[in-house]
Amino acid sequence: MSNAIGTATNALNSSTHAEATRRGRGLNTLLRITRMNLRHPRQVAFAFCSTIGAVILQLLIPQLLGRAVDQTQLAIGDGVTGTTAEQALWTPALLLLGVSALRGLFTMAQNYFAEAVGHHVAYELRLACYDKIQRLSFSYHDRVHSGDLIMLGILDLDGVRTYFSNALVRVLLLSMLIGIGAYTMISTDPVLGLVALSFVPFVAWRSSVTQLRLRATWLDLQERLSVLSRVMEENLAGIRVVRAFSAQAYEMLKFDRASKNALDRAHDQVDVSVPNTSATTLSFFFAMGLVLWIGCNKLIAGDITVGTLATFLTFMTILQMPVRQIGLMVNAFARASTCGSRLFALLDQDIAIRDAPGARPLEISEGILRFDNVSFAYPGTENRAILKNISFEARRGETIAIVGPPGSGKSTMAHLIPRFYDVSGGAITIDGHDIRGITLATLRKMVAVAQQDAFLFTTTIENNIAYGDPWAREQRIERASESAQLHNYILSLPSGYETVVGERGASLSGGQRQRLTIARTMMLRPSIVVFDDSTAAIDGATEQRIRAAIRRFAKDRVTIIIAHRLSLLTHADQILFVDNGEIVERGTHQELLAKRGRYKGLHDLQLRPGDDNAIANGGVT
Amino acid sequence: MAKGHVIEPETESNDGRRPPRAVVGSHRIEEEMFGRAFDNNIIRRIWAFVRPYRAMVIISVAALMIFTGTQLLIPLIIRYAIDHAMTSAGADRSALLAAAEAFGLTILVNFGAAYTQETAVGKMAENVLFDIRRAMFGHLQKVSLSFMDKTEVGRLMSRLQGDVYAIHEFLETSIYSVADFALLFGIVFVMLYLDFRLGLLTLSVLPALVIIRIVWLPRARHAFMAAHETNSVVNGALAEAIHGVRTIQSMHRQQVNFMLYDDKAHANLRAHLIAARCAQVMVPIVDGLTGLAMAVMIAVGGSMVMNGRIDVGVLVAYLFYIQRFFDPIRSLTLQYSVMQRAMASGKRLTDVLDVKIEVQDKPGARVLSPEMGGSVEFRNVTFGYEPNRPVLKNVSFRVDPGETVALVGPTGSGKSSAMALVRRLYDVQQGQVLVGGHDVRDLTQESLGGQIAMVLQEPFLFTGTVFDNIRYHKTDATRDKVIEAAKALCAHDFIMSLANGYEAELGERGGNLSLGQRQLISFARALVADAKILVLDEATANIDSYTEILIQKALRKLLEDRTGLVIAHRLATIRGADRIIVLQNGQVIETGNHDQLMAMDGFYSKLYNLNYASFDDIPEEKLHTIALAGSRT
Ligand SMILES: Nc1ncnc2c1ncn2[C@@H]1O[C@H](COP(=O)(O)OP(=O)(O)OP(=O)(O)O)[C@@H](O)[C@H]1O
Ligand SMILES: Nc1ncnc2c1ncn2[C@@H]1O[C@H](COP(=O)(O)OP(=O)(O)OP(=O)(O)O)[C@@H](O)[C@H]1O
Ligand SMILES: [Mg+2]
Ligand SMILES: [Mg+2]
Repeated sequence: MSNAIGTATNALNSSTHAEATRRGRGLNTLLRITRMNLRHPRQVAFAFCSTIGAVILQLLIPQLLGRAVDQTQLAIGDGVTGTTAEQALWTPALLLLGVSALRGLFTMAQNYFAEAVGHHVAYELRLACYDKIQRLSFSYHDRVHSGDLIMLGILDLDGVRTYFSNALVRVLLLSMLIGIGAYTMISTDPVLGLVALSFVPFVAWRSSVTQLRLRATWLDLQERLSVLSRVMEENLAGIRVVRAFSAQAYEMLKFDRASKNALDRAHDQVDVSVPNTSATTLSFFFAMGLVLWIGCNKLIAGDITVGTLATFLTFMTILQMPVRQIGLMVNAFARASTCGSRLFALLDQDIAIRDAPGARPLEISEGILRFDNVSFAYPGTENRAILKNISFEARRGETIAIVGPPGSGKSTMAHLIPRFYDVSGGAITIDGHDIRGITLATLRKMVAVAQQDAFLFTTTIENNIAYGDPWAREQRIERASESAQLHNYILSLPSGYETVVGERGASLSGGQRQRLTIARTMMLRPSIVVFDDSTAAIDGATEQRIRAAIRRFAKDRVTIIIAHRLSLLTHADQILFVDNGEIVERGTHQELLAKRGRYKGLHDLQLRPGDDNAIANGGVT
Repeated sequence: MAKGHVIEPETESNDGRRPPRAVVGSHRIEEEMFGRAFDNNIIRRIWAFVRPYRAMVIISVAALMIFTGTQLLIPLIIRYAIDHAMTSAGADRSALLAAAEAFGLTILVNFGAAYTQETAVGKMAENVLFDIRRAMFGHLQKVSLSFMDKTEVGRLMSRLQGDVYAIHEFLETSIYSVADFALLFGIVFVMLYLDFRLGLLTLSVLPALVIIRIVWLPRARHAFMAAHETNSVVNGALAEAIHGVRTIQSMHRQQVNFMLYDDKAHANLRAHLIAARCAQVMVPIVDGLTGLAMAVMIAVGGSMVMNGRIDVGVLVAYLFYIQRFFDPIRSLTLQYSVMQRAMASGKRLTDVLDVKIEVQDKPGARVLSPEMGGSVEFRNVTFGYEPNRPVLKNVSFRVDPGETVALVGPTGSGKSSAMALVRRLYDVQQGQVLVGGHDVRDLTQESLGGQIAMVLQEPFLFTGTVFDNIRYHKTDATRDKVIEAAKALCAHDFIMSLANGYEAELGERGGNLSLGQRQLISFARALVADAKILVLDEATANIDSYTEILIQKALRKLLEDRTGLVIAHRLATIRGADRIIVLQNGQVIETGNHDQLMAMDGFYSKLYNLNYASFDDIPEEKLHTIALAGSRT
């Protein structure tokens, strides 16, 4: 049992595995994210300036404190007490108050602008991803699981968002502190200064090694989380199947397996990052210990004063917090570079289907659709020809019907017309123009496909019907739903057209979903319309009425009807019988009946079901 | 009337105007209630998940205390060393050595404590995250389908993937809050101990802080929640675009959707900026108060030093502690936003965990064994998805093992719903559904599912191989059985033509197969399940008649000793059934076999004649009378 689950999860793993994310080099990714941050120069400048301000003020505070303490001691030493001396204390006190408040303001600005930059970048990335996802062609979406894409939008985006505040600003902060410290310390005592900074090379080396290792575990973790998310997504989407088969236990096993896989990696990640953080702090304290040891010896030898040693130690105390945060910084770098490379892999994806250079808008004159020796294979399975040498022509007002066994390539033919995929050989032309030379926007406006497996949105029935024409008037929506024989049903609902349908139309019956799809298609004003098996789940009586509506709709368009029920096709101007990607018979209903071929066989089967003669005829190849 | 149906082109302006009937994503922010700041209930729920790891929590808190202790110890050692280095040159090298040893020891302990604490917390938080996710996922396996019908997968996924991380973050930081509080109390204690009056003086700024926080809290909370909510709004909209991308492209909605999405993403950006402002506004306040406390200390404490009332050392210590005192306050302020996020997420997580399980095994429910036979009986069943809109009304029929019964009726008449009741995907409102002679509510769901194989109207396939899909969860099914089923359904040939035959990988939802092929695979899956009852809901709707006839021949043998329930619109599919039940508007209006029903000259015979007598056009009037019934349902 567990073995089977293993193969199931492995299968999930390999299907979209890594999607070229590993290609993106870490450094390039980080540079690119940095550039994206820099596209908000004002906010970046504010963030950086206030960081600098905050650091300087922070370094100032101990000095002010020291001076104030000195002042009291001096006063005691001089024996000058009384109100004047006490009043003199007000100056450093107020100064301290001012500096502290100012430092707070700078810190606020630093944090705010750092976050703002991140959020602006996230906003841009969100839009870019959304736009890209909408425009990537079908072949990409065939290949990449939707669960993966959703995860990109949730987790990976966050990793890139926090890059500026958690990585870049921290780098500035740390390098400033260390820089200023190094300068003052080395200028006061070069030996002690170098000792104090001895932890820096170690930390730098350690961090870059860890960064690489973390990046590797992050990538792997993200992959495993993707697998987990696919398991969950499919389970929830297919919950009816899971329930119908009482497969909950099996699904739990599948989940546990994927979950454990991911959890192990998450633990590994802790195991990689924690030692780094602790080692960084240890090396820092070690340097501090050295400073103390050597400093005390020097003090004893009289080489330095207490004041010098105190300065060194104060400075190291100030550094303590930021050094502890180096680990977080390294983590942020690693995370941003993994998440970034995953996101950029999506954003850099070539859109297979797009406007050719010099593409022209489609202007329908005669409205002739032609398939010219079209052959096709799906990207990825190029050696499996799905369509072979398909040729036919349809004029405005004509109806072409396509019949054939499952998998013969009917839907594929329909998908080629609006260029959901590009033909592999031959050409499709409209009024003599190759559709690859037409702008996609106009082409898709002119071609409407009522898809076999239609997707309905979680919104009102009205919005669903008007999906292709959200400016439509109410009457038009009603007319479309009347044509699709849905109007009466909708009126019978308590909220009528405002009823919200569940995801993918879950709260509708199969036939109602299909009728909604038909209505939605009839709302468009295409020149070419395809109904792909649009009435399969609709009873005969209703279908007859829809058929009549479709015929009216077809009057001044090219109409392609794909169906298994021949009653829908008899009036077609041309019927194509497709098998295995080839047109094996063509003609009008009467012609095909006269031919006594496979169409006739099908026809007889539907007229006289169970007739063995008919079966024999249907099997003619 | 005919003319009215023609949809003539109208010119409707879309000159950049927002389309009135377009939305992306279904989630509106107003829908969600804003939770309380610190919801005890949620904390308790989260704690229930942390409990199993309390050893880890205790270890990490202990380690953290040791860590904090060493942090405080280090300055003391330094002072000790310097004091001894200063006093008598050369004489006290041993003290220096001792200090060095103590320092070395301290930083090693510090290292060990930090390491232990961070590892423990990190792993504990990950474990809890995965446990919460598992609990939610497991719960979703049990909640009733009516909940799942209403809830989008994207929204659930955003909880399973996004919200759990807010809890993770909360757990990671809340350990530090514990340390911060400890530190805070420790410092207060030390300050009061060193000099009670000065201590009180320092603490006198605290009321100001409290007042400011009281003013600040509600605003901040609202801002944090709003930011959090807009996240799920944009994520939901993104999920919708991903799932519906084919329709979006086909309907050319990219631009409109992008515009609407931009609105949401922009609202998200704004909400986050406001939240960031709210979170950060406390920083200068806390820092200002720190400055104020220090200033007061210098002015008052300084004069006390001058008057000889206290030592300089005490003043220095105070100034040091004041800085330390505000550190935890500052980080607690920042952690407040993390906590808010966790509360908001926790609310959404517990919402999922609290969904009532409506369809549930009774205590002591019986196991449906194959020996009980596979009879199916509906006794006066009334059922609806909403309380007062019945979909099935007083439906009664019985199917015995070996019998095949067909359900026909106009679309939306309740056929699929009836089949869902056989498997008890929903519970009836009135009446009873009996399987094997027992009310389905008295049987375990597990065994019920084991005896019923369903081909659902909408074929759903999982990613994975064809083979794994066909033997779905029946992992003991042999390859031969799988192939046998595929052959019976005429699917073997097309499967073999795929790149790897039965090992061919299917895309999401089986997207790289044609719909008919998907239907065949989901059909094969039901055959391999080898159950007593076979439910075929439009199992061959997308398959040509020739293939269908071949399938039916194979089925006839298969169904010999099983109970068959078949739904079809193509009447040829069900002609051979032992009995045909005609449903209309949720009511059984005719029953009998084909010949009886034809003789009855009722709804069925009309449908049949309509469908098969003629392929030519049927006059409008005739259509009107018959089809109107269908369109009403
Ligand atoms: N999950 C659901 N939630 C709410 N209403 C539902 C749900 N499923 C179906 N309905 C409604 O219940 C009625 C019966 O639906 P059902 O799916 O049983 O019809 P059907 O007879 O199978 O139709 P079809 O032939 O079109 O598949 C319909 O009006 C439908 O809108
Ligand atoms: N996205 C895809 N990627 C790879 N192969 C595909 C894809 N979609 C379909 N195919 C394959 O292409 C062939 C033709 O599929 P198509 O959907 O065109 O069939 P169809 O004639 O519409 O069948 P049906 O009557 O079942 O709808 C099938 O063998 C199918 O497996
Ligand atoms: Mg198809
Ligand atoms: Mg149905």
